[in-house]
Amino acid sequence: MRAILESLLALALGVLVGAAVMAAWGRDPWGAYAALFTGALGNVRALASTLSRSLPLVLTGLTFAVGARAGLFNIGAQGQMLLGAVVALSCGLLSLPPGWHLLVALALSALAGALWALPVALLKLTRGVSEVISTIMLNWVAHWLTLYLVVQKLSDRVVGQRTFTVPMGMRFPVLQGELTWSWTVSVGMALFLFWFLWYHRQGYEVRAAGLNPRAARAAGISVSRAMVLALLLGGVSAAWAGAIQVLGRFPYAITSDLANLGNLGFDGIAVALIGRNHPLGILGGAFFFGVLATGAARMGLRGIPLEMIQIVQGVIVVAMAAPEALRLLRRLRARQKEVVPA
Amino acid sequence: MNALLQVFPVALRAMVPITLAAVGEVFGEWAGVVNIGLEGIMTLSAFLAAVVSWATGSPFLGILAGLATGALVGLFHGFISVRLRGNQIISGVGINLLGMGAVGFGTWALWGAKAPMLDRRFWIPEVPGLGVSPFVFLTPALALLTWWLLFRTALGLRVRAVGENPMSADVVGVPVERLRLFAVVYGGALGGLAGAFLSLDWLHTVSATLPAGRGFIALANVVFSKLNPLLALLGGFLFGYFDALGIQLASVAGLSGAVPYQFIRMIPYVATLLVVALAIGRARFPKALGQPYRRE
Repeated sequence: MRAILESLLALALGVLVGAAVMAAWGRDPWGAYAALFTGALGNVRALASTLSRSLPLVLTGLTFAVGARAGLFNIGAQGQMLLGAVVALSCGLLSLPPGWHLLVALALSALAGALWALPVALLKLTRGVSEVISTIMLNWVAHWLTLYLVVQKLSDRVVGQRTFTVPMGMRFPVLQGELTWSWTVSVGMALFLFWFLWYHRQGYEVRAAGLNPRAARAAGISVSRAMVLALLLGGVSAAWAGAIQVLGRFPYAITSDLANLGNLGFDGIAVALIGRNHPLGILGGAFFFGVLATGAARMGLRGIPLEMIQIVQGVIVVAMAAPEALRLLRRLRARQKEVVPA
Repeated sequence: MNALLQVFPVALRAMVPITLAAVGEVFGEWAGVVNIGLEGIMTLSAFLAAVVSWATGSPFLGILAGLATGALVGLFHGFISVRLRGNQIISGVGINLLGMGAVGFGTWALWGAKAPMLDRRFWIPEVPGLGVSPFVFLTPALALLTWWLLFRTALGLRVRAVGENPMSADVVGVPVERLRLFAVVYGGALGGLAGAFLSLDWLHTVSATLPAGRGFIALANVVFSKLNPLLALLGGFLFGYFDALGIQLASVAGLSGAVPYQFIRMIPYVATLLVVALAIGRARFPKALGQPYRRE
């Protein structure tokens, strides 16, 4: 209960700081937020767009969360997401019997994500290299690798600004507006990890390794194996975030500046923190950021740039770093109450 | 071959931000506080240094603004991790996100562009006669100063005590929280200097991704240095050389036909991974690193 309250307070703080920045810039923050919420939730089409934008965030949020459960600080979702997207798209070049493309694309994309997570695990376990450093380096390598493939190998010969589009048979069918059946991947992965972490022996080992590696080791749990497992599962989840962004969302391609993949990987960190690294909490956290992302498009129309959302995100993450700040506030209030009657 | 030699002047520049940020972080980590928000600190201070230089016409004031920005963000991180006993890693990630967002918003709001170029008037002038940046001399001097502070002064001894065993330090009357705050502010200030160098002296632009991972390469350098500021200077040259190599080779005509541009740009990141994986054993870090101190 207190955890939910802390998350909500962090969200409120982020929104408030965002408002302050807008006001300082001479814009009307409440008008902008009103536009944001009607833009994101005002009608069925808007809601479909919001849900569609939250889906990849669920997956990158899960990447961070499953790592955190194992005691890791995995910020490699960005690179894994990029490679997952480009590998999934490339599957459009394969000649396969009809109906197989989507499944093969998801499988190969998952493989790419896991493969990109493997060096993180190896470096950590054999050389003691912090995953914070290795994941960021691999993110940048993945960025340039994806850019190379998108610009030099997969670009559309007619429309230079993007890659070829995903063939019809490889797309997720549309459910409503921007929302496609790719929701099954995100929700499925969240439910799977929930089951895995709380109802499966190996998932239990992952959590035990994260809570207290020493005690886990003493209980005969292989902490290394738990870490490898968490990193590989995280890699698959992040890769699928990229895959569904390409196979389940307009423009069904990757733009040459990678803009339609954006910062999905990094956004997942805030999503996971808000969701308390719990798969079900992450569904809620992703929805909140989906609202922000969809609404931000509306705010963009009012002359407020999308970076505003990153500021809100940053404030939320910082606020989540110091739950004691909130407890401090409560203590101060309690002290005031004591003083008043006397 | 010629191209490899031409890398050296660029490497001298590339060494600066990676060394400065790492040396500052070394100081903070000795006191027991990790700050992985270096990337965000560099982004923010590069931006504010450029803004001040642009607004006042004085690059020197710009440097001071960068320094102050870094110190303030360091204070902020210190407040969260020392006073509020928050999670240092999460706070650092938040600072990185905040830096990216604020600078993206700021450049758009001020100049209406993603990566506006700075006019030559706002650059830091080179050292007359030598044609190199003053930072090329300032950086080793600061590394030396930090080494001296840490290992040859009473202050350094106390800073290290606070990182190793805060309770014992507290018992003998060393102000744990104040020293930790000071160390994080010192580290942040050097990170801010690194940022000011990026925009005013080297790249002559600002953007939300200006440091391009150099804040994290500096963290790799901290590990490489085993928390010795002088080794961080050496590491700065090493990582800076690969950084410069990526920049220089990308502009060599003829090569771009054989090796795609994007692969050349990977060099610094791959090299950092390899160096961290191969060249080092496990470094020994202060016992209380990353742990908030709570008086019993």
